[in-house]
Amino acid sequence: MSDVNKGMFGAAGTGDTSGYGGLVRVSSSPGSSERPYGSYFDEVADELERAFPDFNGAIEKVIVDRGELTLHVKRERLFDVAKTLRDKDSLRFEVCLGVSGVHYPEDKGRELHAVYPLLSMTHNRRIRLEVSAPDSDPHIPSLVEVWAGNNWHERETFDMFGIIFDGHPALTRILMPDDWPGHPQRKDYPLGGIPVEYIGATTPAPDERRSYR
Amino acid sequence: MSTFASSRETTEGRIYSVTGGDWDDVSRDIGTAKEERVVVNMGPQHPSTHGVLRLMLELEGETITELRCGIGYLHTGIEKNTEYRTWTQGVTFVTRMDYLSPIFNETAYCLAVEKLLGITNDLPERATVIRIMMMELNRISSHMVALGTGALELGAMAPMFFAFRERERVLDIFEMASGLRMNMAYVRPGGVAQDLPEDAITKIRELVRDLRKNFKDNETLLVGNSIWIKRTKDVGYLDLAGCITLGVTGPVLRATGMPWDLRKTQPYCGYENYNFDVITADTCDVYGRFLIRMQELEQSLRIIEQCCDKLETLNGAPVMVADKKIAWPAQLSLGGDGLGNSLEHIRQIMGTSMESLIHHFKIVTEGFRVPAGQVYTPVESPRGELGAHIVSDGGTRPYRMHFRTPSFSNLQATSAMCEGSLIADVVAAVASIDPVMGDVDR
Repeated sequence: MSDVNKGMFGAAGTGDTSGYGGLVRVSSSPGSSERPYGSYFDEVADELERAFPDFNGAIEKVIVDRGELTLHVKRERLFDVAKTLRDKDSLRFEVCLGVSGVHYPEDKGRELHAVYPLLSMTHNRRIRLEVSAPDSDPHIPSLVEVWAGNNWHERETFDMFGIIFDGHPALTRILMPDDWPGHPQRKDYPLGGIPVEYIGATTPAPDERRSYR
Repeated sequence: MSTFASSRETTEGRIYSVTGGDWDDVSRDIGTAKEERVVVNMGPQHPSTHGVLRLMLELEGETITELRCGIGYLHTGIEKNTEYRTWTQGVTFVTRMDYLSPIFNETAYCLAVEKLLGITNDLPERATVIRIMMMELNRISSHMVALGTGALELGAMAPMFFAFRERERVLDIFEMASGLRMNMAYVRPGGVAQDLPEDAITKIRELVRDLRKNFKDNETLLVGNSIWIKRTKDVGYLDLAGCITLGVTGPVLRATGMPWDLRKTQPYCGYENYNFDVITADTCDVYGRFLIRMQELEQSLRIIEQCCDKLETLNGAPVMVADKKIAWPAQLSLGGDGLGNSLEHIRQIMGTSMESLIHHFKIVTEGFRVPAGQVYTPVESPRGELGAHIVSDGGTRPYRMHFRTPSFSNLQATSAMCEGSLIADVVAAVASIDPVMGDVDR
């Protein structure tokens, strides 16, 4: 995924008079990796290929970056992949360290991502699952049945991003009050805050300040 | 019906909501009810719930049939806030999450930023050794709160005095090194904020010697104490299968006999170069977790001693990466009025070098850019696995930062530990998890 930044400063509409207004900076996240992935990642991929003959039907892409393996899983297949990763002797990812949501409003049709760091104590390995859902249909299957400890984590991700985890036993808000409107960690949700006046000068709220990209 | 308790008919029978009043009247009225199911709200302001934790207990007599946790009272939006600050400023936010072990938050965060930058191997050795030493000192001060408040909540007051006496000594070291006793923001991306003062190693060696002696006070008070054992043995039981499925880590997991300590199994910061043991117990209960914390103190002291030895050979070595595009430009110094920029640095940027001033200004206001991508870096905090999941879009600020905090995951196990036990055991079980609400709610 790539991101195009224009100008020098973060806040829009502040009149960039720095002379850097025409600056265009493209930064892109690491794309799909090719085999060999290196380390134990090939073994994990081999095992998954054996378990899922239609490997590409279940796993959209494999990214190896900074010594970490990320498997992008199709959400329809997430539950099966997770169960296989937990149960197969050669994989045995018996611990899931929760779920972390990420909101990419620019990534049309895949705006909401859920990231699951997995840990295998048996083999002393770590991998990461990533699943995406469109904003218009923010449903991802719940993994509470596979890893009971994901219960609160999924509630938090629902609370903060509005991702609905289908099959969760009690998907309610956990950190924000029950009647809170909106999902605070989405990118379209403002940080909030008020301008602060101190000795005659006013400092705007953090998300309104002119900041560098 | 008296005024203290309103009642209403529901599908589950008559429900009384009691919010205070004369307990004799309350029990007389409720005594006439057929069922004896009582729902009690404990917290969020209850002194034995480790901060603002709310427990909702459904009781059958004194036995708990169901327990739910209510959290979120200390949610401060730290994760969202860091998306609006530079990578360096992020440290001052994350240090406030688990306020009893700030160095661990900072280190997990900085390891993640460094991994994203690809400078993990460029870190000067002195910085890494200082980090380890600070982490182990912090483990002691954190365990001291766990032990002291845990004992206090079960009615033992003296252990808390001893524990806090020791903790104060450790905080003195933090103050000496960083100027602050908590929320130090001492570990920074690329190294640490500033080098240790000259007499630091002497003072730390003195501290290690004193602590080793002083820890015996609590040991004699509690280890093998029959009252303490009655309150903690076989209480808050959670076995290995329960820990694994609930993602519970730290002393609670090690109390099941599983020697899982990231410092040994997946070393970071060079922990593989230190001699220490992973402490386990096989009782799966509160007493086992207590013993583990007690014995981990000695292991931390051992690591600190080895750090002191290493630091003595690394005198004068840098504590920040050499790359000027990342390293914080100012060396801070500790003056009589607290921590601030060193006067030497101010003289240089204000008096002699225009370029230094520009560079300082750019790094401080604009910060540095971190290549796009995501990482997850775990460290073994006093409470278990603390992991930082950080996503960068290539900008000067984190795109998304999420902390997988041990308190949050471990607290989930409260129901499994307490349901079916007596109400008095809840306090012991929660204390043995040692949740820090700032860490739970972030």
